[in-house]
Amino acid sequence: MADVLIRVCGLTKDYVMGDTTVQALRGVDLEINQGEFVAVMGPSGSGKSTFMNLLGCLDRPSSGSYFLQTQEVSHLSSDELAGVRNQKLGFVFQHFNLLPRTSATENVALPLLYANLSSAERTEHALRRLAQVGLADRADHHPAQLSGGQQQRVAIARALVNDPMLVLADEPTGALDTRTSIEIMALLQALNRQGITIVLVTHENDVANFASRIISFRDGQITSDRPNQANDAAAQLQ
Amino acid sequence: MSFLATLRIAMNALRINKLRSALTMLGIIIGVAAVIVMIAVGRGAQARVEDQIRSLGSNIIMVQSGSFTGGGARGGSGSQSTISEDDAAALGREIDGIQAAAPTLRGTGQVVAGNANWSTTFYGVTPDYLEVRDWSIVDGRGFEPFEMAGAAKVALIGKTVAANLFGDVNPIDQVIRVRKVPLTIIGVLDRKGQNMMGQDQDDIVLMPITTARKRVIGSTQAKSRNVNAIMVKTRDGADMDVAEAGMRELLRQRHRLQVGQDDDFFVRNLSEILQAQEAASRVMAILLAAVASVSLLVGGIGIMNIMLVSVTERTREIGLRMAVGAKGGDILNQFLIEAVTLSLIGGLIGILLGISGDFLVSNFAGWRTELSIDAIFLAAGFAAVIGIFFGYYPAKKASRLSPIEALRYE
Repeated sequence: MADVLIRVCGLTKDYVMGDTTVQALRGVDLEINQGEFVAVMGPSGSGKSTFMNLLGCLDRPSSGSYFLQTQEVSHLSSDELAGVRNQKLGFVFQHFNLLPRTSATENVALPLLYANLSSAERTEHALRRLAQVGLADRADHHPAQLSGGQQQRVAIARALVNDPMLVLADEPTGALDTRTSIEIMALLQALNRQGITIVLVTHENDVANFASRIISFRDGQITSDRPNQANDAAAQLQ
Repeated sequence: MSFLATLRIAMNALRINKLRSALTMLGIIIGVAAVIVMIAVGRGAQARVEDQIRSLGSNIIMVQSGSFTGGGARGGSGSQSTISEDDAAALGREIDGIQAAAPTLRGTGQVVAGNANWSTTFYGVTPDYLEVRDWSIVDGRGFEPFEMAGAAKVALIGKTVAANLFGDVNPIDQVIRVRKVPLTIIGVLDRKGQNMMGQDQDDIVLMPITTARKRVIGSTQAKSRNVNAIMVKTRDGADMDVAEAGMRELLRQRHRLQVGQDDDFFVRNLSEILQAQEAASRVMAILLAAVASVSLLVGGIGIMNIMLVSVTERTREIGLRMAVGAKGGDILNQFLIEAVTLSLIGGLIGILLGISGDFLVSNFAGWRTELSIDAIFLAAGFAAVIGIFFGYYPAKKASRLSPIEALRYE
């Protein structure tokens, strides 16, 4: 049995909009182990995005607890949460969110800037991660000079640069064509095999099927949580 | 996060939007340059007035006999003079606030030296005259008491007279003829320049008042002790108004004027006019600086405007930075440094522009300007403060964004 990485208990999140309160999450209990590849599915409004924001320490729950490894993070201040994100988490977004007119290396090194690493260290780590995603020869390119798939690889390298314990990917293939999507999934699977825990949000079954566990949300609650016989993305590319 | 790294991010952001950064800076550039030039122009005008006061001799009150200021009705020659050397002595003796009272006899005429001649004004004076007018002798000596008593044929001349009669020759011990009376030059007066009416104050010959009365101006006044004017200098810190009132009262008593009878003399406080002018020019200087400051303020608002646009435009970038670990303070610093950098670079260019503008104004418009270091520091400091002040709100706004909403911003 692997170590528990994430444990959430009775997690709720309410949004107050005018005089109505929207209950985005209505009590979620979940454990995710080190090394898992989890896909979170559900229609819009199901609470999966809210859940991801909480997992990503971008937001605080209304109630409930969230242990990341052994650290209870649900009541930390925003600055402390920023520190957790900086040290322990990596993010991959649907629209890549790279800084324009900034080289791939600098984009990848961005999280290290806020970790107070020296310029030389930042560049060294960034180049290593770029090589890991197969873009060593594009280090000086700006995002505009890269294809969508390459941009997402740069974004993945950025998510990895701080050696995170958890990578959160929010619709990472949503802006890519099918083949490029499979390439990205193959990359994520490869990283997962190297021991990185990945939680992926998607509404596409094809994409979710590359994960080894699928959790479905509806109306702010988990409706199903099942292991999945993962498709091998690398094999599909052959 | 280190200051240097933040500075680099800010500089990069400014470099990416070169034109926009330049235009934003332009407001500060113009503001700072305007403040510097306007303060220089204002101070120049003030300095001119101060110089005039200084050249006139500070704290001067003039007493003139009625016949000179009364116009046609009193007409006639110097025989109508109502004030005398004794009045001057009394003023100096009896009024507390008076440092010196110098009686003067005035005349004009052709002055001849060798084969050169020059039309000028000459004054019969006492040694008090030089003290009253803060006038020094650059070459030679002043009048000795025995020369005063003996109506000695000696004279002091101004620079203009010296230049016109003697050119490069040393005028000391040379002889000039004033109304055919030969006078030996014993000294040359320091240069005083123009007075506020534009008259050349160095176009002057001074001689002992006794010499002027007995030998030069002629017999009609020989027996009287009347003079044309008395120049009075008050002590430093003495109240000019009190001194003036005291003088007026004393002279009325000495001239035996009844209550209700008009003064037979005229008291003018010259520096009063100049002080009014100085006050006016000071107000003018403040006004100029104020107007220039407004343009600096407008420049600051321009910075705030652009920073707000920039924050909105880069909302996703802010969200991303926050997601990868930037704290609110990091974001605040980033945008604040950006704003301050804009205003400081603008301020620096503004200073250079201001200095060259000052150069242009003084050399081509011919205005007197006084460029001062403190005005430059003031403008630069003002620019920095404006950067912080107008940069803070947009930066604070950026730092308070929620990372989730910022990331989703379209």
